[in-house]
Amino acid sequence: MKRSVFRNRALPYLLVLPQIAVTVVFFFWPAFESLRLSLFRTSPFGDKTSFVGLENFRKLLTTPEYYQSIANTFVFASGVTAIGLGAGLFVAALATQKIRGLAAYRTAVLWPYGIAPPIAGIIFLFIFHPSYGVLPYWLGFVTSYEFNWLLRGWVAMALVILATAWTHVGYNIAFFLAGLLAIPTSVLEAASVDGAGAIRRFRSIIFPLLSPITFYLLVVNLIFSFFGSFGVIHAVTQGGPGGATEIMVFKVYKDGFIGLNLGSSAAQSVLLMILVITLTALQFRFVEKRVTYS
Amino acid sequence: MKRRVRAVAVLAALLLAVLPTAALAKTEIHLWHAMGGQLGETVNELVKQFNQSQADFEVKPLNKGTYPEVLTGAIAAYRQKNPPHIVQVFDVGTQTMLLSGAIHPIFQLMKEQEIKVDWNDFIKPVTGYYSKDGNLYSMPFNSSSPILYYSKEAFKKAGLADKPPATWKDVGEFSKKIIAAGGAKCGITTSWPSWTMLENTFPWHDQPFATNQNGYTGLDTKLLINGEFGVKHIGQLAAWQKDGVYSYGGRMGQPDPKFINGDCAMLIQSSAVIGGFKKSLKFAWGTGPLPHWGPPYKKQNAVVGGATLWVMKGQKPADYKGVAQFMKFIAEPHQQMWWHVTTGYLPITQTAIKNLEAGYHFKKNPEQWTALGQLSGKPTANSQGHRLGNFAQIREAIEGEMENVFAGKKTAREGLDAAVAKGNDILKEFAAANKP
Amino acid sequence: MSAGGTFAAPARVAALPRVVEAPRRRAFDWGSVVVHALLLICVAVIAFPLYYAFVISTQTVQEVVARPPILRPSVHLLENYAEAWGRSHMPRLLWNSAIVAIVSALGKIAISMLSAFAIVYFNFRGKAIAFWMIFITLMLPVEVRIMSTYEVIGSLGWLNSYAGLTVPLMASATATFLFRQFYMTVPNELVEAAQLDGVGPLRFLWAFLLPLSWANIAALFVVLFIFGWNQYLWPLMITNSEAMRVVVIGLQDLIPRTGTHVPEWNVMMAAAMMALLPPVAVILVMQRWFVKGLIETEK
Repeated sequence: MKRSVFRNRALPYLLVLPQIAVTVVFFFWPAFESLRLSLFRTSPFGDKTSFVGLENFRKLLTTPEYYQSIANTFVFASGVTAIGLGAGLFVAALATQKIRGLAAYRTAVLWPYGIAPPIAGIIFLFIFHPSYGVLPYWLGFVTSYEFNWLLRGWVAMALVILATAWTHVGYNIAFFLAGLLAIPTSVLEAASVDGAGAIRRFRSIIFPLLSPITFYLLVVNLIFSFFGSFGVIHAVTQGGPGGATEIMVFKVYKDGFIGLNLGSSAAQSVLLMILVITLTALQFRFVEKRVTYS
Repeated sequence: MKRRVRAVAVLAALLLAVLPTAALAKTEIHLWHAMGGQLGETVNELVKQFNQSQADFEVKPLNKGTYPEVLTGAIAAYRQKNPPHIVQVFDVGTQTMLLSGAIHPIFQLMKEQEIKVDWNDFIKPVTGYYSKDGNLYSMPFNSSSPILYYSKEAFKKAGLADKPPATWKDVGEFSKKIIAAGGAKCGITTSWPSWTMLENTFPWHDQPFATNQNGYTGLDTKLLINGEFGVKHIGQLAAWQKDGVYSYGGRMGQPDPKFINGDCAMLIQSSAVIGGFKKSLKFAWGTGPLPHWGPPYKKQNAVVGGATLWVMKGQKPADYKGVAQFMKFIAEPHQQMWWHVTTGYLPITQTAIKNLEAGYHFKKNPEQWTALGQLSGKPTANSQGHRLGNFAQIREAIEGEMENVFAGKKTAREGLDAAVAKGNDILKEFAAANKP
Repeated sequence: MSAGGTFAAPARVAALPRVVEAPRRRAFDWGSVVVHALLLICVAVIAFPLYYAFVISTQTVQEVVARPPILRPSVHLLENYAEAWGRSHMPRLLWNSAIVAIVSALGKIAISMLSAFAIVYFNFRGKAIAFWMIFITLMLPVEVRIMSTYEVIGSLGWLNSYAGLTVPLMASATATFLFRQFYMTVPNELVEAAQLDGVGPLRFLWAFLLPLSWANIAALFVVLFIFGWNQYLWPLMITNSEAMRVVVIGLQDLIPRTGTHVPEWNVMMAAAMMALLPPVAVILVMQRWFVKGLIETEK
């Protein structure tokens, strides 16, 4: 779609300068530093370094734990995004119906977003705690299956997915609300006069009009669950049990901070960067095509 | 002439006013530690006592997070040429610190500062862990050893005598009786699984944990935990996990609630929780030494856990005087006794222990005596401690495999073999990165 | 969907109705009841974890770990909160967190608006490169590049400073992305009309786009404020003194993490409640503004 632009020559450069400057200093510089570090083997205190080329990468790509962490990351990201977007859209749709007390409901579902992920993680840890948590206690009345996240990897994964999705659902709701409210009634009224049922209206009108927001939320949710979820895992499971909740970004931290293996940690950062750049590029190329900007 | 004299007088007066204040400004000594909560308050109190006892130096303690966070923070600061004076590093960081070239060994510091310290006054398992070539490299600060806690109530309900189980066989039998009598849901659980069930159980039975005398005599070390003894011990725990005799509760102190709220009748945990338990346990409880398998295994000693204080290089020479004075301060019997009584960490000098004994302290606190009793005697090559590079990562790998075993995903042998494979890999990586 | 004239267009775009679908007129509205019920369930599920945290903050340690779990608040609220307040030096922590959150949020919004504006409304050489340079930063959170970022901050001399705490947080493109998406939905006619009237780009940004963007800015401020407020690993690494600590770190201080002492979860939850009040308050306050901005329209 052709858009109008302004014709100034120097102005655009000035406008992007602050962001580019910050990006170069605080993103590219450390990123290149990570790249450099990934080619060396260093002692923790940095007093002994030796160039090892791609050895760190080779080592990584031949350890099963690394592939496990990739799988975990995808499971985790999909879970958080699916629950976050699904629940977000559902609640937002409910909150835009014509009923009384809308404002109160909206307030009541938005605020968990303000809770720091580590805190959310610890609260869910309590809820899921095999010894004194409410959830295993209540589930104990229904089934004798032991919901012990310390022993069963999938329970631990469910725990961190729920904790992360919980903090993020408010964010999704807010954006979906904005999107839903931006749809002019005139269009919908016209459609219902034409005889389109609720589901048809949703599919052919609301959903397409929501697509910029949905696209944005999809990208942000995926990226957030790929990376920003570090806080929950760190506060709750530390990647356990037995690596079941060790997502890639946590492994970078673990190998770097606890293992003090800066070379391997940097190599993992580099691979992560490549992975996410590819994913985002794909998203922009293919999904954005389907997005309708009116 | 008079004016000049007056000017000089004014100048002199000004200088005199400024100089004493300049001299009075205390030199700051930075101490980074991992003690949060109540412990952090106690550290602040200890530091305050030192600061008030002299006028030249002021130690500033800072909680920099967990043990790994403190270590990484210190490394990052060191690389920026701005490290703190003193860092508290946990036991598993010992080898990393020793080979770093970034530390000022404590014995050297005290010698340079001409402060006389009776190094023989420290108890042997402590010096064994943190010494090289007979010289102490870091100042022991908070040390503990793992002991058995048991619920007297649960024992009574099962008709058992009020005595802790001495052997692992007893642990099994007692547990079954307790569970049958409804005294608890499980018999025993263990906190810090690797530290208690492997790192301490092996020396306790005089079994080698790793080659090269547990890593003391070389960098090409390999783990030995998947030998006969290891498979026997972990295998027993895994079998008990199926029966409900043993209930795996997580890493670090996560299993504690199981004991606190009565789900499990026995707990193996660090002696450092004695103080907290005294406040929070609602039932009568007692302690005993780590259970033992009995013959043919010798009863040797446990190894200390906890952390020590390391002095970093790269400080102003004048500052080291203050650092040395602080170290001397905390090693004095009075401070040792106060620290022990307030925190529950062990007193580590013979003098302090004797003083406490004289004050009937251990009669009133038999639990602490249990912990110390495990650390007495002269350690063997298998029980002087562990000196493994990247031990934190190794411990992590071991505990991950232990979880696989307790979840029934692997047998004890498979799990231990996998742990050894991972651990040896980590050790190899460390050796390569630290080639002199 | 711009129907009216050129300058009526902004009003139209901002014309956001209150409801999405017209209700059917019936004697008793079952639909309403169902919606109410569903919403109440959602609210309950969403609110439960925080309610539980609040309950814990009013109990003693024994009550916290009791079995069966006690779900009613206990009576130790004041002592726990006083303990948490005093022990963790709350006022300083809250102040530092506020600075980090507000400065990083406003800073990021400012630079992102300018960049998104340049990218959408100009064609310039190197635009694609600038675009990708900026959007690549969506990829990597601070945790992953932490050691190298620490060294960069060290070289700049920004360790243990507000600059070191806030500026690195501005280096990511989420806000730019959002502004870009939004600007692309602004009708072309608006720009054309402005250009016809001789309005320059900066004036266009200030007088036309900015008013349209208030809702977005409000929402972004909330998001960025919370992001800045809830930072943990980065502030931990670069602060060397108690005076620069932020509240999330102060919280962790309350838990003995050596695994050898029984943690006082009740005090910790009390501190957590105090720490999460400001971000939640921001959401509540801004939400009213934000909703207002969206529905106070067709007047």
